[in-house]
Amino acid sequence: MKVAGTIEVHHLTRVEGHGNIRIRVKDGRLREARWEVVETPRFFEALLRGKRYDVAPWITGRICGICSIGHTLASIRAVENAFGFDPPEQTRNLRLLLKHAETLQSHVLHLYFLAAPDFLGVGSVFPLIETHPDAVRRAARLKLLANDLCDLVGGRRMHPTRTVVGGFTLLPKKRELAGFRERLIAALPDLSATVDLFRSFPVPDFSRETEFVSLLGDGGYPFIGGRLVSSDGVIRPESGYLEMTNERVVAHSTAKWCRLSRESFAVGPLARVNNNFSFLLPEAKVLAESLGLSPVRHNPFLAHAARLAECLHVTLESVALIDGLLSTDFGEPRRTVTPREGKGVAAVEVPRGILYHAYEFDRDGRIVMADCVIPTGQNHGNIQADLESLAREMAAEGKQDAEIERLAQMLVRAYDPCISCSVH
Amino acid sequence: MAAGGTKSWLGAPLLRPRVAFFELTSCGGCQLQVLNHEGTLLDFLSLVEVTDFREAMTERSHEYDIAFVEGCVSRSDEVARLRQIRRNARTLVALGSCACFGGVPRMKNRFPDPGLLAREIYGEYPMATETVRALDEIVPVDLKVHGCPFPKEELEKVVLHIALGKAIETPRHPICFECKANGNVCLFDLGELCLGPVTRGGCSAWCPGNRFGCWGCRGPADDANLDSLRAIAKEHGFSGEDLADRLECFGGFTPREAPEPSPRRKSRKRGTR
Ligand code: SF4
Ligand code: SF4
Ligand code: SF4
Repeated sequence: MKVAGTIEVHHLTRVEGHGNIRIRVKDGRLREARWEVVETPRFFEALLRGKRYDVAPWITGRICGICSIGHTLASIRAVENAFGFDPPEQTRNLRLLLKHAETLQSHVLHLYFLAAPDFLGVGSVFPLIETHPDAVRRAARLKLLANDLCDLVGGRRMHPTRTVVGGFTLLPKKRELAGFRERLIAALPDLSATVDLFRSFPVPDFSRETEFVSLLGDGGYPFIGGRLVSSDGVIRPESGYLEMTNERVVAHSTAKWCRLSRESFAVGPLARVNNNFSFLLPEAKVLAESLGLSPVRHNPFLAHAARLAECLHVTLESVALIDGLLSTDFGEPRRTVTPREGKGVAAVEVPRGILYHAYEFDRDGRIVMADCVIPTGQNHGNIQADLESLAREMAAEGKQDAEIERLAQMLVRAYDPCISCSVH
Repeated sequence: MAAGGTKSWLGAPLLRPRVAFFELTSCGGCQLQVLNHEGTLLDFLSLVEVTDFREAMTERSHEYDIAFVEGCVSRSDEVARLRQIRRNARTLVALGSCACFGGVPRMKNRFPDPGLLAREIYGEYPMATETVRALDEIVPVDLKVHGCPFPKEELEKVVLHIALGKAIETPRHPICFECKANGNVCLFDLGELCLGPVTRGGCSAWCPGNRFGCWGCRGPADDANLDSLRAIAKEHGFSGEDLADRLECFGGFTPREAPEPSPRRKSRKRGTR
């Protein structure tokens, strides 16, 4: 057991993409703590140059397999904003339903497959198949439900096929939607059992004052479009995303970093709940509070509580969305959108935080400029600041290397970083 | 070399192959596709012994029979990693279109100087990047699972067949074949562009089945007739540029540079090629 030494985690596991943690402690003092992003960049913004507008949603989904639906929807919204197209209510509701299904599947994946093993003292979900078969089966059921709903609305659970500029290529059958209403309601006991499981895990005691950035609710808990807000009081229109992100390149990372009022800020479920608590459905509010999340809270490990509250919120709201869709006659699935010269920006809350897509088009609807700002990219600076602060506190308390390493990894995972996405 | 426990499948004893998953330059989606079919995931996991899956687990081992590699190669450290994986693995499977053809990232190759691109996007700290290559432009690949993404059933079949030592057939026919068998209305008749006539089948016409034209993610079918597709597209009023955008999308239709000479592999591999 070493007390003073070097902690190196090369290619952190149970996160998407490649990142390293490096911590050096000497005589109870932190010398260095670093979150390094070493993922290979793919240059999506350049890949899109010169391509027709309909290539953007299809290709940018490939930025990330985990949140491909979120990318696709953000891309479509940016294109539609540029062309001055306002989707009708039916399209908006179906997109939100699809978005909710992705949020549910991503949060369940994170909670059970990526986060829970840390609290249960194992390296992955695989040993839990033997030791906690009920929990693993429950995770599989919830994920299956969410993924099946993605299939129904988006055509496919990953890299969706029905979502296009102007609407959908095909609409779900009402009978099938009604089936999902029943399945969502039947899943509520599984959600409460998930909450019980996480309630039994101790939340590490660590806080660092943080600026939180998200969409600003306007009558509801926000997911697709709207104004941008920070907990330090900055408010900007959707099109003003650049003033919200201030991306910069740093030497030890292949992802760009962001800042706003302070050196760093956080986006994601905790930021959303902190900034928009009043818009959560009452049941989700009660749940958040019962897990110690009454805003504004600055403990990054409360992100798990925020995910649980959002799981309940999106499940209940999906039922309401389906009820609304079932009570009206379906209109046409898709409208014609006419390309024009111009710029469009979209802000969408994806599982890991606020995502921006922005494009500029020429007269023929071909892309002149593309820009995507990814949630994890916005979080990198904050992960770094948290990591330093956590390691410093633990070193001062004389904690063992192994313990520092364990909590440092849990901290990074609490952000659910999607590293390939942030590098793109 | 312990080979894990013995299971049986349809009454026949199975040796659980040790499988490992790796990712190079990619979106992570192909690996996610492995975790994504909850209904059969647990059965699937009982068929194999997973020894390395960084996206899902912390335990790691360099002992494996089958390596599934997702993603393309776009940096020199990835070349070294891929060669090491090739040395360790009995069977190397290219998982998904990035690994098979370079995938979406291959579009980068239309810019002649990757260094310039890196400086343009990253300014004063340009990141290392190289021309995008598929796995088999660097090491020999035993099997390719095409698609961006592939249907999960396809992967399960591949693992099962490797475990049983059965030959794996890659479909040779184009998507149209499957699309017509499924009774879909042809998208060209609905005014949409579709690469079904030239793209390798095996996805059961996934996109046309959702009324969305095929973008060729599985690469060219055997004997793909591009000239005939160009004629059909023109006849339906699509420009050559629109068609080129699609053909370029996943790297399968893009001409390759000369592959590097393949490295010598170590003993564990018995000469099957
Ligand atoms: S083939 Fe497609 S799904 Fe697979 S890693 Fe590449 S981009 Fe992602
Ligand atoms: S829709 Fe596409 S795949 Fe189907 S028949 Fe027409 S061209 Fe072929
Ligand atoms: S239809 Fe075409 S683009 Fe769609 S999955 Fe099949 S091969 Fe890929």
